[in-house]
Amino acid sequence: MYQHDVLIIGAGLAGLRAAVEAARMGVDAAVITKVHPIRSHSNAAQGGINAPMTDRGDEWEGHALDTIKGSDYLADQDAVELMSREAGDAIIELEHMGVIFSRNEDGQLGTRRFGGQKVARTFYVGAITGSAMLQVLYEQAVKLDVNIYEEWFVSNLIIEDGACHGVMAMNIHTGELHMIRAKAVIMATGGAGRVFEPSTNALICTGEGLGLAYRAGAPLMDMEMIQYHPTTLAGSGILLSEAARGEGAYLLNSDGERFMKTYAPDYLELASRDVVSRSEQTEIDEGRGIDGNIHLDLRHLGRTFIEERLGYLQEVAVEFVGIDLADDPIPIRPGMHYIMGGIKTDVDGATEVPGLYAAGETANVSVHGGNRLGANSLLDTVVFGRRSAVAAAEYAKSAERFSSDESMLQSEQARYQALLDRPADLRASAVRRDMGESMVAGIGVYRDQNSIDAATAKIKELRGVYSRVAVDNKGKVFNTDLMSAIELDYMLDVAQAVCAGADARKESRGAHFRTDMPDRDDENWLKHTLVYKDGDGSRVETNDVTITDWTPIERVY
Amino acid sequence: MEQTLRVKRYDPENPGSAGYQEYTVEVTDTTTILDALLTVREEMDGTLSMRCSCRASICGSCAMRVNGQAKLVCKTRVNSVAPDGETITIDPAGNMPVIKDLVVEFKPFWDKMRAITPYLQPEGEVPEAEYLASDDEMVHLVGVVNCIQCGACVSDCTVLEVDSSFLGPAALAKAYRFVKDPRDGHQKDRLGALNESSGVWDCTRCMQCVEVCPKDVNPMGRIMAMRDLAMEVGYNNTSGSRHTESFARTVKKNGRLDETRLAVDSMGIFNIPALLAEAPVGLRAIRKGKFPWKAHKSSEPNKVKRVFEKIEGE
Ligand SMILES: Cc1cc2nc3c(=O)[nH]c(=O)nc-3n(C[C@H](O)[C@H](O)[C@H](O)COP(=O)(O)OP(=O)(O)OC[C@H]3O[C@@H](n4cnc5c(N)ncnc54)[C@H](O)[C@@H]3O)c2cc1C
Ligand code: SF4
Ligand code: SF4
Ligand code: FES
Repeated sequence: MYQHDVLIIGAGLAGLRAAVEAARMGVDAAVITKVHPIRSHSNAAQGGINAPMTDRGDEWEGHALDTIKGSDYLADQDAVELMSREAGDAIIELEHMGVIFSRNEDGQLGTRRFGGQKVARTFYVGAITGSAMLQVLYEQAVKLDVNIYEEWFVSNLIIEDGACHGVMAMNIHTGELHMIRAKAVIMATGGAGRVFEPSTNALICTGEGLGLAYRAGAPLMDMEMIQYHPTTLAGSGILLSEAARGEGAYLLNSDGERFMKTYAPDYLELASRDVVSRSEQTEIDEGRGIDGNIHLDLRHLGRTFIEERLGYLQEVAVEFVGIDLADDPIPIRPGMHYIMGGIKTDVDGATEVPGLYAAGETANVSVHGGNRLGANSLLDTVVFGRRSAVAAAEYAKSAERFSSDESMLQSEQARYQALLDRPADLRASAVRRDMGESMVAGIGVYRDQNSIDAATAKIKELRGVYSRVAVDNKGKVFNTDLMSAIELDYMLDVAQAVCAGADARKESRGAHFRTDMPDRDDENWLKHTLVYKDGDGSRVETNDVTITDWTPIERVY
Repeated sequence: MEQTLRVKRYDPENPGSAGYQEYTVEVTDTTTILDALLTVREEMDGTLSMRCSCRASICGSCAMRVNGQAKLVCKTRVNSVAPDGETITIDPAGNMPVIKDLVVEFKPFWDKMRAITPYLQPEGEVPEAEYLASDDEMVHLVGVVNCIQCGACVSDCTVLEVDSSFLGPAALAKAYRFVKDPRDGHQKDRLGALNESSGVWDCTRCMQCVEVCPKDVNPMGRIMAMRDLAMEVGYNNTSGSRHTESFARTVKKNGRLDETRLAVDSMGIFNIPALLAEAPVGLRAIRKGKFPWKAHKSSEPNKVKRVFEKIEGE
C-alpha cells in the first residue's frame, strides 16, 4: 500500500519546486509523473524567467504593473504583488542550486528584454532556460532523495466526503492500477495545449489535472483565456521563442514592412503577445501575409550572436524548416501556446476542494489574467510551486489519515476494462484531432458568438461519441493507446470548460477578443469566469477581480 | 510519397511474436520519422509503443536506432535517411533492455546519473546575491547543459556494449558540467571518483557518442578533458591511457575499431597475465558479434576522420 502526507502530481518545474520544499520541511512527500521528470514539458521553455531585482535598480512595482497591464487588468493584484516581490529571491535561489544563467560583464546574472516590458528583466540560459532549470530542480530532488513514482499515470482522484485523499494511478510499466493515499494532493500537471491543434505544446500536455479537479468539484477559472503565441511554425506548431524578438528580431509582412509600428508604435514587436498575435492575424487576413504566414527576421543579429544566444532556435529552424536564420527570414504565424485559465486557487495553491492544491500552468492564481507575459510562467511555477507545498504540508499535519476504501479502485478498474473490452470502433486520435481543429477554429485569435457556438456544439457531439472510443492495444505493458483514450476523456472536459468560459464572457479582454463585442467592459466584466461541472454540462459563475493599487486604464503599447 | 518503415516489435506478454513489422505511410519532404511513427500508432496500429513528447528535440524521449544508428526520430526527416524512399529500419535504442517495442528501460541510465553526485556542491559562505562567474565560463557549460539525456550516446557506445558497468558518455558529460562549474567546491573529489574504474579511463575514444549526439554535447571531448584535469590535479593515469591511444589510432586509420589490436597495444605485448585477464571481456564481445577476427573498415571512414578533426580542433 502506498501512502504519503503530501502527494504531488507532476514533475515539471511547479511539481519539483513543491517537492524540494516539502522535502526541506521534512514532510513525507512523493511525486508522481507520467514521464520521467526531465521529460516534463517545462523543458521546452526557451526564452527565460522574469524577475525585478531590486539590488540592481529594478523595482517590483514595475514588474507588477507590466504584468497587470499585460493581463488586461484581469489578474488579481494581490497575487501579482506577491509574485513580483518573491521573484528576486526565487532567481537567486535557483542560481545557488546550480542553474547556469547567462552573465553580464561583471559576472552578475545577465538579462534580455521580453514582451510587454520596457525593462530588460528576463534571466535566461541561452535558449534552453526551462530545460536548464528543470535539470537543476531534478538534481535537487535527487540530492534530497525525493520519492518519485516515475512513469505512473494518474487517472483519478480519491474523493471522499468532498475532500481529496489521494489518487488512483496506473504503473505504466506493469499496467497495474494502484491507490496512492495522501493527506494532501498538489496538482502540478501543466497545461492542456493538445486540446488544440496545432499547438506549441508537447504531446503529453493533455490536461488531466484540469479535468480531474473539475470533476472533483473545483471550478476552472477564466478558461476562455487561451494564449496564441506570435511566432510558431505552420503545421507542427513548434515554437520559436519570444527571445528572438527580445534580442531584436523583426516581424515583416509581405511588403517587407515592420507592421507592428501601426499597431504598437511604442513597443513594436515587443508588445504583449495577444496584441502581436492579433496584429499578425489582421495582416494575414488583409492579404499582407506570405502564404498565410508572417516573416520573423533575425538576419541583422548576425550568425555568431544567433548561434550563441539563440542556438536552439537556429536548430529548430534548420532542422524543421531548412532555414538558416542568419541567411533568411522564417515564416511564422500565431499558434496556440498557453492556457491562462486553470484550477482556481488562492495564493497558497488551495482549491475549493479540501486537500487539493494546484500550482503551475494547471492552476490559476490568477497572475496572468487575460494574457500572460512571456517569461512569467516559469516564475509562476517556482513561486507558487513552493507556496503550495508549504500550505499542503500544513494542511496534512491537521488532516486525518484516510481509511481505505477499495471500492473506488474497483470502479476505476472497471473503467479501464470497459475501454479494453470495447470492439474496434473510433480511435482516440481521430476524435482528438477533430476536437483540436474545432477549438482553434472556434476559440481562436479572433472569435465571435457563431464561432464559439460552433465549437461548443462540436465538443458536445464529440463527448457523445466518446463512449465509442476503443483501443487496439489490449496489453498491460506500456499501453500508451489506453492512456490516450483516458486522456481524451479529460481533454473533452477541458474543451467544454473553455467553450463555456468563452460563451459567458460578453466582452473583449486580453486573449479573449470577440469581433462581435470588441470593447473591454470594465463595468460588467472586471470579473473572473468560474466554470463548475454540473451533471453532464457546466454552470458558470463569476467572481470580482482583486484590485489593489492599479486602477484599470486603457491598454496601449 | 509512400514510405515503408520496418519496425522492431517486442511484446513481453507475447515474446514469441518478436520481429520486424512493416508499415507503409504517406510522407512529404518535411515529414520526420516521428511523424511517420505517429501516423502508424494513431491511424494503423495502436499496439505500437514508443516514447515521444516534445516533437522538437528538447525532451529527450525519442532516441531510437534508425538504420542501425541512434537518432532522435523527431529531429530526423524521413528524406534525410531515405532520399529515394528506401525502407527505413527502426530499432529501439541499444545498450538498454527493451521493455516493449521501441521503449527501453532507462533505469541504468538514471542510476549512472545519480552515481556522479549530480548536483552543485558549493563550498564556503553562500553569497547573498548570485555567485559571480564569467559569461564565457557559463556559455561553455551551456554546451554541456544542452544534453537532453536522450541516451543516444549510451545506445551506441562501444564500451557499454561489452561492459555495462562503464558510467558512459551521458553521465560523464554531466560529471564534466560540475567539474567545470566555477561555483562547485569539489572538483578534486569528483575527479578522484571519476578516475576509478568505470570512469573516464574506460572510454576507448571510439567517437560514437560524438557522432550520434543530437545536441553537439561532445561527451568524448568532455571525458578527455577530465582525464587531463585528473592528471593535472595529481591523479596518476591508469592502464586506460594507453588503451585509449591505441583505440584512437585504429579508429582514425580504418574508420573502425580493430579490437584484436587494441588489447595487445594497451596491455603491452609481453603483459601476458593482463591480456588473459582481458579475455572475458573479449569473449563476451565475441558472443555478441562485436569482436571481429579481422579489422574492417567503416563504410564512411572519411566521416569518422572529420569527426576526429572536429574533436581535436576543440
Ligand atoms: C514551447 C514552449 C516554450 C515556453 N517558453 C517559456 C518561457 O520562455 N518562459 C516562461 O516563463 N514560460 C514559457 N513557457 C510556458 C512554461 O514552460 C510552462 O507553462 C511551464 O513550464 C509549466 O510548468 P508546470 O510545472 O506547470 O508543468 P509541466 O512542466 O508541463 O509538467 C507537468 C507534469 O505533470 C505530469 N502529469 C501530467 N498529467 C499527469 C497524469 N495524468 N499523471 C501523472 N503525471 C502527470 C507530467 O508528467 C509532468 O511531469 C513555454 C511553453 C512552451 C510550450
Ligand atoms: S568515445 Fe568513449 S564514451 Fe563515447 S561512445 Fe566511445 S567509448 Fe563510449
Ligand atoms: S550527450 Fe547527447 S546523445 Fe548523450 S544523452 Fe546527452 S544529448 Fe543525448
Ligand atoms: S520527441 Fe522530444 S526529443 Fe524527440
